[in-house]
Amino acid sequence: MTSALNPKYSFDTFVVGAANRLAVTAGRTVAENPGSAYNPLFIYSGSGLGKTHLLMAVGHAAKKAAPALNIEYLTLDEYVEAFHAAIAAGQGDAFRRRFQNVDVLLVDDVQFLTNRKEMQSELLRLTEALQVGGHQIVITSDRPPPEIADLDERLISRLSGGLVVDIGAPDYETRVAILRRKADERGAKFEPGVLETVAGAESGNVRELMGALNRLVAFQAVNDRSINAETAKQLLGIGTEAAPGDGGKTVGREATPAGRTGGGDEFGEFLADVTVTVGKAVEAWRARVGEAVLRWEGEGYRTRRLEALLERDTPAAVDEVITAFTQDVERLKELEAEVAELDPQAAGQSVFRDPERLGEAEEVAATVRNGAAPPPGPSGAFPLAAYAVGPSNEVAVGAARAVLKQPGKKYNPLVLVGKSGLGKTHLLNAIGLELARGKRAVVACLSTQAFVDELIAAIDGDRVDWWRARYRRATALLLDDIHLIAGKERTQEELFNLFNLLQDKERQLVFTAPAQPHTLPGLEERIASRLAGGLVAEIKEPDRDVKRAVLERMLGQNNASPDPALVDYLADRPAESVRGLVGELQRVIGAAAAQDGPLTAGLAREVLEGQSPRDSRRSAGFRTSGIVVSSLGGIKSREKMVWDWSDIADRVIEEFR
Amino acid sequence: MSLVNFTTREITCKIVYYAPGRSGKTTNLHYIYGRVPDSRRGRMVSLATQTDRTLFFDFLPIDLGQISGFSTRFQLYTVPGQVYYNATRRLVLQGADGVVFVGDSQARQLDENLESLQNLQSNLLEHGVDIRTIPLVLQYNKQDLPRELILSPADLDDALNFRGVPSFSADALHGKGVFETLKGISELVLKKLAAGTAA
Repeated sequence: MTSALNPKYSFDTFVVGAANRLAVTAGRTVAENPGSAYNPLFIYSGSGLGKTHLLMAVGHAAKKAAPALNIEYLTLDEYVEAFHAAIAAGQGDAFRRRFQNVDVLLVDDVQFLTNRKEMQSELLRLTEALQVGGHQIVITSDRPPPEIADLDERLISRLSGGLVVDIGAPDYETRVAILRRKADERGAKFEPGVLETVAGAESGNVRELMGALNRLVAFQAVNDRSINAETAKQLLGIGTEAAPGDGGKTVGREATPAGRTGGGDEFGEFLADVTVTVGKAVEAWRARVGEAVLRWEGEGYRTRRLEALLERDTPAAVDEVITAFTQDVERLKELEAEVAELDPQAAGQSVFRDPERLGEAEEVAATVRNGAAPPPGPSGAFPLAAYAVGPSNEVAVGAARAVLKQPGKKYNPLVLVGKSGLGKTHLLNAIGLELARGKRAVVACLSTQAFVDELIAAIDGDRVDWWRARYRRATALLLDDIHLIAGKERTQEELFNLFNLLQDKERQLVFTAPAQPHTLPGLEERIASRLAGGLVAEIKEPDRDVKRAVLERMLGQNNASPDPALVDYLADRPAESVRGLVGELQRVIGAAAAQDGPLTAGLAREVLEGQSPRDSRRSAGFRTSGIVVSSLGGIKSREKMVWDWSDIADRVIEEFR
Repeated sequence: MSLVNFTTREITCKIVYYAPGRSGKTTNLHYIYGRVPDSRRGRMVSLATQTDRTLFFDFLPIDLGQISGFSTRFQLYTVPGQVYYNATRRLVLQGADGVVFVGDSQARQLDENLESLQNLQSNLLEHGVDIRTIPLVLQYNKQDLPRELILSPADLDDALNFRGVPSFSADALHGKGVFETLKGISELVLKKLAAGTAA
């Protein structure tokens, strides 16, 4: 006949506040030492304040402390029913024995003993028996024993003989705590202020509080949107500044009795509506400002300007202020980002966090900007178009073109390997020039020696951070003659880090070296392996195509069409490098200038092989069909030659006639 | 007239009930008057002729008390509906923050409704107010009359509500729809207030 203990009702779920602390302490004590501390324990309180919860909590705690205990929980009604049934079945004694053997008896709602004389005497007997046997009895009621009407004096004194405690109405804080816990239990989330609003309503009863909470939970669930404090107020009919009920007193003189739906406080509803709308309207700007303050404060910016706005009652152009503030912050962000790239140390300055000091921030940024020249770029003297391509370097050029197509993605790093004078530097700079055409491209293209020297200068000037930042912003890093880094430990260290950083960001790296990276002495293994990790493209000794192209270009610079015989002659000569070839050509050009004579294959042969210039000029004259090189400065055009010829032909024909 | 005065922390809304004659403007106001607690309403000024027609205008001030720190007042006005009182109508309309157009649902009154609506538009224009910008709601009154005499709210919407403003069907005599209308216009007015201060 006894009810099971509701597992939800334990001490753990009982919110303790000032109003119920004594009762809870007494309950815990009793649960820990049944029958010895306060016996009987009489708990009374108004409805819905947690009597039953506390009673069951005592049962749970006692059971937990000593699982063997025989614990009975029942309401007085259940007790009465069971008693009547037992009497009817002639089992009155068995009934009494049963309850006398209970270790902890929990009886709820004994106020219903009123006018039940026989039950009173039965309970008196039971209480005595339990007390004598050292068994615990805990009783709850909605009023203290003396106030239960028509209660036997002996029972009153018996029940009052242990400890009588009351549970008061929870205070505001406890109400909030209860609501939070219950909302949590339900997995319901509320906007800030909602639960406080509910708790703020005068409610002397936790059960009502739960009812209010349930309504909010249901409302949120049904409408699938979270409600705010105002809506909660409305929903729960919590009085706004206009005391509800006012409206009820003055039933309008025009109000007709029939046909009114709701019949209630139409004005009150209207007022609530207006209140919500006005609240939104009037305070909307505050909300917006507050939001902005929170946002920017959260991001670490000073928000004095916005806070000042909140202190005013009359907001002037709130949104303009917010917008201007936001723009200032955005500008600060830009400046900070810019400075961070140039000089990470400078970016940490507080001036970049205070929109009121935007002017200063601009100045700092300008200073940093001026101080931070971009890394050295590629030389304009080596355009890709001028790079002579042939079988000897087509792999390298192909790789370069692939790199230009997808910088940082395909061959990264690209290492151009070849002996001195084969055009590595030209190709490197050409790649750099092409890469630099990209938007926002910052191409660092320099010789390794310059790179090392810069680092030394930076270390000397204590500006290593600045130096690093300078290269870290590079969208491509091209180092000529990487073998020069050999033995420079610090530079290798820096390059290693820079290499990794840039490669991670898919920024193109190009190096030149005289030989395969692994064969370069003095290069740390980690650098060498990284260099070898991309594409190592070899440039071989120049082939005929390359040589011809180079020669034609060189001669073309002299504003004349090159002598094909001269080009043929020079291209056919063995050359170890392009630079060697260019050197030979320069010698020929020099000789021609010295003699103020034409630049011919004969002259070249004479200069390069030591033949008589006169012979060579003659033979050259025959071979080239009368091309006359008047001087170093220019070669007469073939058209002109044809003009002369026709003159001769005319004469020949005339003579023939 | 300033709707929101941040210095004195006051909000004052002037709402004008506009309609052709005998469509129930004053009835609306009377109903509201009856529902507002004594402490919150001012004296309703009603200048009526012996035949209970509004001669000049009705005026009902309502004090909503402190809302969000603002002492909030609503002033409800009606205009005389009869055609020959246009000067008065224009006068009452001056400085209105919102207009409730009370349409008579009776089918035979449709033309009068339209005429009055046009009159409203031209009178607003006299004050330099574009009817498209002022908060406006429509109320279709007398929906309690026999079906055969009246047009349905949908029909009335088709005929009158070409601007697509909120409309409410009502039976002002018994109070149905009266507060809904008032809420509707208040919301519009106050929202405009919000937009106004935001600017």
